[in-house]
Amino acid sequence: MLMGLGIIILGLSSLFIGAADMQLQAILAGDTDALTIFFVSRVPRLIAICLAGAGLSVAGLVMQQVCQNRFASPSTTGTIDCAMLGYVFALVFASNSNSTVTMLSIFTFSILGTLLFVQFLQRLKFKNVILVPLIGIMYGNIVGSLTTFIAYKYDLVQSLSAWTVANFSSVLRGNFELLYVAIPASILAYLYASRFSAASMGESFAKNIGLDYKKVVFIGVVIVAVLSSSVVMIVGMIPFLGLIVPNVVSLFKGDNMRKNLPFTAYWGAVLVLCCDVLGRVVIFPYEVPISMIISIVGGVVFIYLVMRDKSNA
Amino acid sequence: MRDRYKLIILAVAAIVITAVFLGKGLNADNYQFFLSRRSPKVLAIIFASIAIAVSSLIFQTITNNRILTPSIMGFDSLYLLTQVLIVSLFGGMSSLFIDAKLNFLASTTLMMLFSTILFGLYFRKKGANIFSLLLVGVVCGSLFDSIAQFLMMVMDPNEFMNVQDSMFASFNNVNGELVYWSMFPLALILIYLFKVASTLDVFWLGKDNATSLGINTDKVVRKMMFVIALLISISTALIGPVLFFGLIVVALTRQLFSSYQHSVLVTATSLLAVVMLLGGQWVVENLLGFQTTISVIINFFGGIYFLFLLLRNKLN
Repeated sequence: MLMGLGIIILGLSSLFIGAADMQLQAILAGDTDALTIFFVSRVPRLIAICLAGAGLSVAGLVMQQVCQNRFASPSTTGTIDCAMLGYVFALVFASNSNSTVTMLSIFTFSILGTLLFVQFLQRLKFKNVILVPLIGIMYGNIVGSLTTFIAYKYDLVQSLSAWTVANFSSVLRGNFELLYVAIPASILAYLYASRFSAASMGESFAKNIGLDYKKVVFIGVVIVAVLSSSVVMIVGMIPFLGLIVPNVVSLFKGDNMRKNLPFTAYWGAVLVLCCDVLGRVVIFPYEVPISMIISIVGGVVFIYLVMRDKSNA
Repeated sequence: MRDRYKLIILAVAAIVITAVFLGKGLNADNYQFFLSRRSPKVLAIIFASIAIAVSSLIFQTITNNRILTPSIMGFDSLYLLTQVLIVSLFGGMSSLFIDAKLNFLASTTLMMLFSTILFGLYFRKKGANIFSLLLVGVVCGSLFDSIAQFLMMVMDPNEFMNVQDSMFASFNNVNGELVYWSMFPLALILIYLFKVASTLDVFWLGKDNATSLGINTDKVVRKMMFVIALLISISTALIGPVLFFGLIVVALTRQLFSSYQHSVLVTATSLLAVVMLLGGQWVVENLLGFQTTISVIINFFGGIYFLFLLLRNKLN
């Protein structure tokens, strides 16, 4: 009940904060300008924020189960960096094509890149909790420098960096609908939740209880890749989100994935909404891109999580 | 004896590469123009590579670990953040930003403070895990980057122009004055390191052994942290952040030279760094036709190498 109220208040404040002046009375009075702003910019933005926040957090939760590591998330397993590589690849080698080809390229790269990382992790004998995100971040760095190499060669550095910065201000009706993919993907994640939980107990355990381990891992990776690359494509890079939301939720709610998934989605949406509203208020009437705010907040929380981790303190 | 020959070979290689860089296409008519253009750039690369390599070496010695380097721990980003902070607090025209010496002092002081806090907090805990220290460092680095980006975003555009140069420092636009000025602190540090080399040799045996051999480890660590902060400031001010370079150079040095003596290692790693960075820049300019920057190459191969080290370090 209280949770519902919280998101409604935040959502309303998100709807009515912005550079263009728009009053509630004007909408109620049926003013055309106000209605246009409302339905073309503000409402799509709110929907995009909620979908992106929920989607990335769910992606993080799934990734944590698949990697058997609580510090895994799209930004610490190279998924987002691979998506960027796919984007640059599409720009360079299929520049005349439409956005479907770009999207497919992004999906393919992020799925393949993440699978590569997961395979690599499974080969690894000693899985230190901290080692996995460290390797993942470095893997992301390597893929990132490959992306920069291509971008530099074809003069795309500027468009790449403009695209990297996550920002909801460019969301308008007609260009964000791809984000709806978060809904079926999250439902799929929910349906598979118990299987992911079983897989997170390790390959041999999963096989013992008759689970097709490889298939479950593959489905998990596809869900993660689709969720995070749709967000990357529409909004940009939102670091740490998929990492901190599931962790904080499981701090309070325990480790049951099926139970946690709705909460994770909800708190992800709330966090992104908060950060977005904050970014719009700080230097009003200009805005600060959300990726900056969230990487400051997320970085601090992440460091806290690592430091409080008893097993490696 | 064999190490000595290797050192001589490296020294010759460094001199040859420097000469190739400076001397290409020179003749009696144009040498003044070319030399005045080229020497600050070449000197900057030489000084910076020495600073990067030596700081990584010392850092590994005092942390007694082969996979740590200051730049992976976020020190480069901290330097850039310091510059942005100075400009946003005091303005781009303040002497604290424009005066190279004052700026240098302010940046190193801030970096000193940070490193003392981070490592003080960390090493005080018993049995600190090196991987979580690394992870915290990596995340700190990206945190500093985002804060700097945030500050630049809200900054006055005119002021931003002042910072921009220090954010994107590269091999091709080197601040000439800064190059000549940075020679003195660098030379002083190197002389100092040769004087304390034997202490560092003992330190490489581990903190406990060093203590039992009569070394005040805390004091040495504090001094060395200061030296490292200075070196990072020099290298970042001269050519900007190069994430993995120190790691590669120091690891190669340790492979090539069997010695544990820091007087040898400091010399060797400096020479090797000069050969690699100047050589790499020459390859980028002449063979790859400026199609990429050397830092991209370093990040790519350095990243792979770092993963390799991480895994081997873990498996052993």
